[in-house]
Amino acid sequence: MMRIFCVAEHRFDQLNQISLEILNLANKIKGKGTSEAVVIGKKVDAFAKELANYSDVVWKIEDESLENYNPELYIDVLMQLLSKEKADLILIGNTAYGSEFAPYLAVKMGVPIVTDVVGVNVVDGLKVTRYIFQGKLMVDLAVKTPCILTVRQGVFKESVNLNGKIIDSKIKPSKAAVRKFRKFIEPEVGEVDISKADVIVAVGRGIEDGANVPLAEELAKLLGGVVAGSRPVIDSGWLPKDRQVGISGKIVKPKLYLALGISGAFQHVMGMKDSELIIAINKDKSAPIFGVAHYGAIADIFEIVPELIDKLKKIKKS
Amino acid sequence: MQLKEYLLSLKKESPNLKVDRGGGMKVFVLAKHAADPESEIKVSSDGKNVETSGLIFDINDWDRYAIEEGIRIKEKIGGEVVVVGVGKNCDDTLRKCLAMGADRAIKIPVDTNDAYQIAELIKKAIEKEKFDLIIAGYMSQDMNYSLVGALLAGMLNLPFATAVTSLKIDGGKVVAVRELEGGYKEEVELQIPCLITVQSGINEPRYVSVMGIKRARTKEIREVKLELPPSAVNILKIYPPPIKLAEILTGDASQIAAKIVEIVKSRGLI
Ligand SMILES: Cc1cc2nc3c(=O)[nH]c(=O)nc-3n(C[C@H](O)[C@H](O)[C@H](O)COP(=O)(O)OP(=O)(O)OC[C@H]3O[C@@H](n4cnc5c(N)ncnc54)[C@H](O)[C@@H]3O)c2cc1C
Ligand SMILES: Nc1ncnc2c1ncn2[C@@H]1O[C@H](COP(=O)(O)O)[C@@H](O)[C@H]1O
Repeated sequence: MMRIFCVAEHRFDQLNQISLEILNLANKIKGKGTSEAVVIGKKVDAFAKELANYSDVVWKIEDESLENYNPELYIDVLMQLLSKEKADLILIGNTAYGSEFAPYLAVKMGVPIVTDVVGVNVVDGLKVTRYIFQGKLMVDLAVKTPCILTVRQGVFKESVNLNGKIIDSKIKPSKAAVRKFRKFIEPEVGEVDISKADVIVAVGRGIEDGANVPLAEELAKLLGGVVAGSRPVIDSGWLPKDRQVGISGKIVKPKLYLALGISGAFQHVMGMKDSELIIAINKDKSAPIFGVAHYGAIADIFEIVPELIDKLKKIKKS
Repeated sequence: MQLKEYLLSLKKESPNLKVDRGGGMKVFVLAKHAADPESEIKVSSDGKNVETSGLIFDINDWDRYAIEEGIRIKEKIGGEVVVVGVGKNCDDTLRKCLAMGADRAIKIPVDTNDAYQIAELIKKAIEKEKFDLIIAGYMSQDMNYSLVGALLAGMLNLPFATAVTSLKIDGGKVVAVRELEGGYKEEVELQIPCLITVQSGINEPRYVSVMGIKRARTKEIREVKLELPPSAVNILKIYPPPIKLAEILTGDASQIAAKIVEIVKSRGLI
């Protein structure tokens, strides 16, 4: 009988979708076991009710000091809960919060951990699947239980409706945290909102240099769109921060997303996969971007883009 | 006087004073000699490994930011930067870090890609040394675990923060800005000693000069021989992901461009 504990996540008074996705996964693999959500915060009744729709049990852990996420306090209260309630599997979202505290928790519990999991099989012992090499390969791993898995978002979307019972754990942090939360910082806003654009010409590291960005700008202008970029382009200062597409940038759904020299790492793809039309140009035939694009060209952007500009100019003239 | 007390005493006199020197900070930086995901990746015939023959190894992308951050701290407030690498063939990466400005290196000549094992080995190699700050990269570019830093923090009982995009040393405190989703960030405060993992973009890593590489030749790389700890994770199979491929447009540059224009036109976008 497998007991699967799922640590929920919330910010700005909203439950993160990943909290439900890990419960979906738990329900899929639990067999005769249970899916048990854990929700930690200052006041979590509303979250607990929402989570109960998708779990067998919801554990509430409430305290004034738990208002904002803090890894030390999360680990402290989870250790208290899990020393009484024996989990076979602990599922945590592979998010900015989850990916931070999960490894530390694994050390404290003395259990193995696998991160960014996209597949789980329990037929013959625990087997999990994850990507390596930035999405270019997959690996199947056998892991001893009990263990912790952090789960990639957007993978386990199929839900089952349950009506779990909510339990107040009465657990309180046993000490104050050394690390202090100070404040949230809002995203930077620029003059162009890429999430509103119909056409996006997105450049990746393949653009090689900031000096080549105007080439993409010219193309974008001809298409009536804007230029955006993958993270390395923004990190290098070739485009402003608010032009970043992806998990730590913006989610965009334009009518056309033209990806130039972008490999298609998951963190980028999460920000553009729902675009209506995706065309990717990349010189590497095994680039994962071809897995999300509708059309692709295995070619050099510095050969294709000038041709495109040329042709579009001719159309504009006629 | 301990560094922490010293820094705190300075802070009392002038809260905004940048500490200039006082033994400074001892910073450990973890740097992986990692395979580049853009190099030629082939699965070995047993289906459990990646062929090393086609792979190009270099300093892990995130660790360039880690070493740069460590060196900047030293340049600002003094101290020492020690770079740590696990791997039989990690010398090139350690040398690169030394050339960038690290003072010395510790090499643990063990080949493993198991994050627990790597963290355990690093713990054993450094636990007897005193340090103020450990900086790791957010993630390795080949294994993409995002584990070693936080595991090590757990093993050493250190306060920590991951995915840091800005770091300030302010008295005995470390003020770190962490990246959350959607462009949001959170600012947190840690006490020295602590561990952070850095996200890309936190700084602009410097280029390694020829002079730097020459100078670095005299810097020490100390080998620490350790036994491989056990692993709880077992690789069953490595394989290319099953993907539904895009419709591939063929021809020369002009033909491909013409096809793209056609598609865009047919959607009424131009
Ligand atoms: C927590 C976290 C959050 C992240 N958030 C984001 C995010 O929000 N957005 C984001 O984009 N990334 C994000 N990343 C980074 C992400 O993992 C990848 O590193 C990044 O997306 C890679 O960008 P890229 O495709 O431009 O570069 P690379 O992966 O370096 O790819 C460059 C591509 O260009 C191709 N190329 C090179 N030259 C040419 C040429 N002349 N013609 C055609 N093709 C060429 C290459 O074949 C290669 O495929 C995040 C990572 C982490 C860990
Ligand atoms: N073999 C290694 N040697 C030194 N540091 C490593 C090694 N493997 C991982 N690290 C450090 O841990 C970080 C995260 O790696 P990973 O947990 O593999 O994603 C890297 O950015 C490095 O700072």
